[in-house]
Order: sequence, then structure tokens, then C-alpha cells
Amino acid sequence: MYKYNEFDEAFLAERNAQFRAQVERRIDGSLTEEEFRPLRLMNGVYLQLHAYMLRVAIPYGTLNPDQMRALALLAEKWDRGYGHFTTRQNIQYNWPKLRDLPDMLDALGKVGLHAIQTSGNTIRNTTADHFAGAAAEEVTDPRPYAELIRQWSTDHPEFQFLGRKFKIAITGSNTDRAVIKAHDVGLQVIEQDGQIGFKVIVGGGLGRTPMIGKTLREFLPQADLLPYLESVLTVYNVLGRRDNKYKARIKITVSENGIDTYRAMTEEAFLTIRGQYDGTDQQLLEEFKAHFQAPEFRSASTEAFDTAYENDPVFRAWADTNLDQHRAEGHAIATISIKAHGATPGDASAEQIRVMADLAEQYGYGELRISHQQNVILPHVHKSDLPAIHAKLKEHGLATANLGLISDIIACPGMDYCNLATARSIPVAQEIATRFDELKLEHDIGHLQIKISGCINACGHHHVGHIGILGLDRAGVENYQITLGGDASENAAIGTRTGPGFAYDEIVPAVERIVETYLAIRENAEETFIETYRRVGMDPFKAALYPEAAKKVA
Amino acid sequence: MARAFTPKVITANDLLEGDVIYFTAEDTWTRHMSEAELITDEADAQLRLLEAEKQNIKIVGAYLADAKAGPNGPEPTHFREEFRRTGPSNYFHGKQEAQANV
Repeated sequence: MYKYNEFDEAFLAERNAQFRAQVERRIDGSLTEEEFRPLRLMNGVYLQLHAYMLRVAIPYGTLNPDQMRALALLAEKWDRGYGHFTTRQNIQYNWPKLRDLPDMLDALGKVGLHAIQTSGNTIRNTTADHFAGAAAEEVTDPRPYAELIRQWSTDHPEFQFLGRKFKIAITGSNTDRAVIKAHDVGLQVIEQDGQIGFKVIVGGGLGRTPMIGKTLREFLPQADLLPYLESVLTVYNVLGRRDNKYKARIKITVSENGIDTYRAMTEEAFLTIRGQYDGTDQQLLEEFKAHFQAPEFRSASTEAFDTAYENDPVFRAWADTNLDQHRAEGHAIATISIKAHGATPGDASAEQIRVMADLAEQYGYGELRISHQQNVILPHVHKSDLPAIHAKLKEHGLATANLGLISDIIACPGMDYCNLATARSIPVAQEIATRFDELKLEHDIGHLQIKISGCINACGHHHVGHIGILGLDRAGVENYQITLGGDASENAAIGTRTGPGFAYDEIVPAVERIVETYLAIRENAEETFIETYRRVGMDPFKAALYPEAAKKVA
Repeated sequence: MARAFTPKVITANDLLEGDVIYFTAEDTWTRHMSEAELITDEADAQLRLLEAEKQNIKIVGAYLADAKAGPNGPEPTHFREEFRRTGPSNYFHGKQEAQANV
């Protein structure tokens, strides 16, 4: 993992001291809210419906146990005893007080965490594959590149006041777990003729106008990463619209000007910008790579795992859903679901956060990951330790075996917290999970991703959910639109709307009808929901959702 | 005929606490919507908002929110304001908790 050097520590301490002074000046009246607002946003401080909210970045989703414990400390000391993991590898605190925020940032700074550029029209936290460095099929660990981007983009003077926010995601695998095609820039580390480089995707995004990103460069050599990204941003800064907030994201810039024009302008800028890089960035990158070297994976018998798997059905169910293939022999990637049925997706108590930190320290080579799917991962675990890990997780309500299933729902905070929301999303997620748990159907249903957003901004990624739910305000009442067929993987697709929306008390039954339809028409138990949808299309689901309309046609 | 004016309350967030507050007829701030001033005159509403904004040193983002008269004072007409005066639905936090502890 990346370890801060003296420069990093001094930079962060200085930045936090500046923010402390800014808070004081707001309180004593030297700064108006209009002056203070952009300053607090640059440091991750929002004002939401009921309170301030602090959004802390978890760069490329990676944490060590001490950082994880600091997150628990913040939850306990300055918040309501829990934190909310978001859909972009951040954690949010929903109840801080203005005067406490500088202390919270200082506590984070001590363990090398910050909230810089988690808001505002800047380059946001670069997100990465949460299985980076662990996945069996990975080309290479993308995190050194993500760290390079983090350092380059942090406080970059040219990119502090972009036309709109700018999000970058990176993966080192063909299997896309980072939703790179729904980001402003998506990077895939690839190998070509023995050379490491990147496939560069641009102009993806969800929100009001969802778009799947387009390929800007098939292969960008490793050494050109920063000058090329700088070129992409420079073009966006000039070409991007500033007259209309809703047309300001790079996806609109690319779509209005065409990918070929955008590419030509980027390449032209790149000719100049490349010369400004003297190789220092590549020296840094080599240093970072040393920080991210894989641990010495131990070899041991997996007998304890095999025995538990054979004899303990609860452990077996968990192992079947929550484990993934690790690149080292005898090891596994263990995903801890923080979505017990009926719980708020992404919320973990201070106690749970500490338990996960302890497990990472004791069994997980000191590493934790946070996924955009709002779960926590122990990326490196020897299989023989899994029964002990599972037992500990069970004691703390963390052993839910539902990864990738219908109750593993992504949901934004919605109108329970968010100032922008038009409807609630958390209770919808809670009720869907509770309902399908009651029906005891979720393992039979199999892989099915539901994603819920409480407004058109799509923090809940509803466009790329197999079943997407969007909460809206229709004439002063909560109303939920459904989309089907979205896909957040390397086969990224935007879902299609089923038709008119559903009232708050109709949305869970509507989801149930969709699932019943799928179960009735799937070819066999192996055909997943998304496969069935692709085979049969929208019609059978529409008929189940809107029986009255079907009657009229007949 | 001109559309009837929907009565309003002035609401904001407290600068230090960040929680929801309402402007009273006495030019003070209360944490209870029922104690807010219900403004029934359209012309008066803008003037009262200006008055509230004079206190911007200790409040954030004052605005006029639709409201109606209830038996115990002003009540919200829209679900967003209902959540603001109550708190989130997934935990018993925020105003609902504060009121239960009175």
C-alpha cells in the first residue's frame, strides 16, 4: 500500500490547517456562506437535509487496518456510531458538526486519509477494481497508476474549477468491476507486445443523460499516462460547455463534438504537453510500484477450509457466494457483505468497522478494500483461515451470504439524507431485501443486481442495474421508474425503461412480478436474469408489470 | 384569476449544528416547525425572507417552503419538508429522536 512521505504529511497538515482557519472565519462572520461553500466542498464537507456530511476518499478503495480503525473512531467520536460506504469508494458521515470537522480531518490525516476533492468541479477520487492485486485473471495491479493520478490531480491548479466534476476509474482486468465505461475517463491496463499500457475510454457517465464511454485510444504506453490525461482534461476545460450545468460533463462534450474531433484535439494537445514531462512522474511511478508489491503469500494446507465446507452448510453457503478466485495458491478473496437483509446498504457500525480491521490484521496481510458495490473486502486470505473469519463475522452480523444476489443492492442515500434527492431509496432497498429473504428465493434467483437512485443524478447507478430503480417526485408524491437490462460489467449497457412509474407502496410488488416472470420463463436455473432478459426482451416483463395495458392491446 | 398563494414558512440550516431551523414571527429561530411563522401574504413572504437572511452569519440557505396551517401550528405540504422536520426513515435519528427525548 502507498505510504505517505514527509511531503505528503506536510501537505495534508497544511491543507487541514487552512480549512480549520476557513471554518473559524465562517463562524466569526469574515466569510459569507457563498465564499465558504466552495472551500468546504473542496474538503468534502456538504450540507445535507438534516446535518453536515463529510465525504472521505478511500483512494482506489484500499485501506490498511489503522486507517479502517480511524474510520471507526470518526463514527464513534464525532458521528452517530456508523459510517456509510458509498458507490464511489468513499465513506460518508451523516451527522458531523461544523466545529468538529477540522478535528475529524486531522484524525484522518494521521493515518494518511483525506477528504480533498471528494466534491466540487474537480477530479474526484480515482476508483479502482476492488480486487486489484488479488484477482486471478488480472494483467497487473492498477493501483500504482491510480496513486500517480491521485497525486497529479490533487490540487492541480488547472483543474480546480472545471466545468463540472470529473471521475476516473481504472482496472487491470478484462473483467470490469470498476464500471470504467460509466466514468468520464475509464482506464484499462492492458499488455501489448510485452508492453504495459492503457486502453483509454472517455465520455461515459450516468446521471440525466446516461452514456457508455467510447474508446479514445486503443493503446496508450504507460509512460504517457499523465501527459495524455492532462491533454484530455485540457481539451475538456476549453471545449466543455459552461453555459448549462446539465450539458457540462465530458460525455456531452464528446457526444456534441464527436469522438474523432475529441481524439484529434487531445492528440494535438498531447504533442505539446508530453514535452513538459521530464520523466519524474515515471520515477515516482516506480517508487509507487514498490509500495504496492504483493505480500509474501504463505503456503499451508487448506484442510481446515475443506472440512468446514463439507460439514457446515452455513459456511458453505457463504463460501459459495462471497469468495472469489485469488491469484495465489491456497488463497481466496473474501467479500464481507454489509447488506444484512433489511439493513441500510453500505452502512457499517464503528464496532463492525473495527472487527473488519482486526480480521484484516490477523488474517488478511493487513489489507482491506471497499467496493463501489458498498461492501468490504479482505483481498488476500488463506483458505485455512476462512472458517475462523466466518465465525467472527457471524458474531457481528457481517456473515450475510448474498454477494451478487438480489439483496446485494446498491442504493444512494436518497431523500433520507441527500439534499438533491427527489425520493427515498434506502427503505426501498431494505424492503426488497427483506421481502426476498422472506420468500427464501434469492439463491434460486441467482445473480441479479438491483441498483437504486433517489434522483436523476444516478449515484445509485440505476442505469446499469439489471433492474434499475429511479425515485422521482411526481406531483408531490414519490414515484419509482424501473429500467431493465442495464449492465455494469465489461459488457456495459444502459437499461431500458419499462413504462410508467410505480408509487412507493407499489414498487416492491412490481420488482416481485419482474422476478416471478424471470423465474417462469428462464430456460434453466443456470440462465441468469440478464441472460433471460437479453434472450426474450422487454415484452414479457412489461406484460407482467402492466396487465391492464396488455388487456387493451388484446 | 391569479392562483391562490400557498402559505409559507422560512426554513434554513443552523450554521454550527447543521440541523433544520425555522424562522419565527419574533425574528428568532426555532427547531420546531410548529413554532414557525406561517406567512400567508405573498408580498410579505419576500420581505420576511430578507429579514431572515440578515442573520446569515449563523444560518445557511434560508428559503420559503410551502406549508399549511395545522391544529398545532404550521405543517409541511410536501414530503421533502416532512423528512426535514422528522429525520431519516432508516434510523431514529435527527429531529424525531430529539423530540422523543424532550
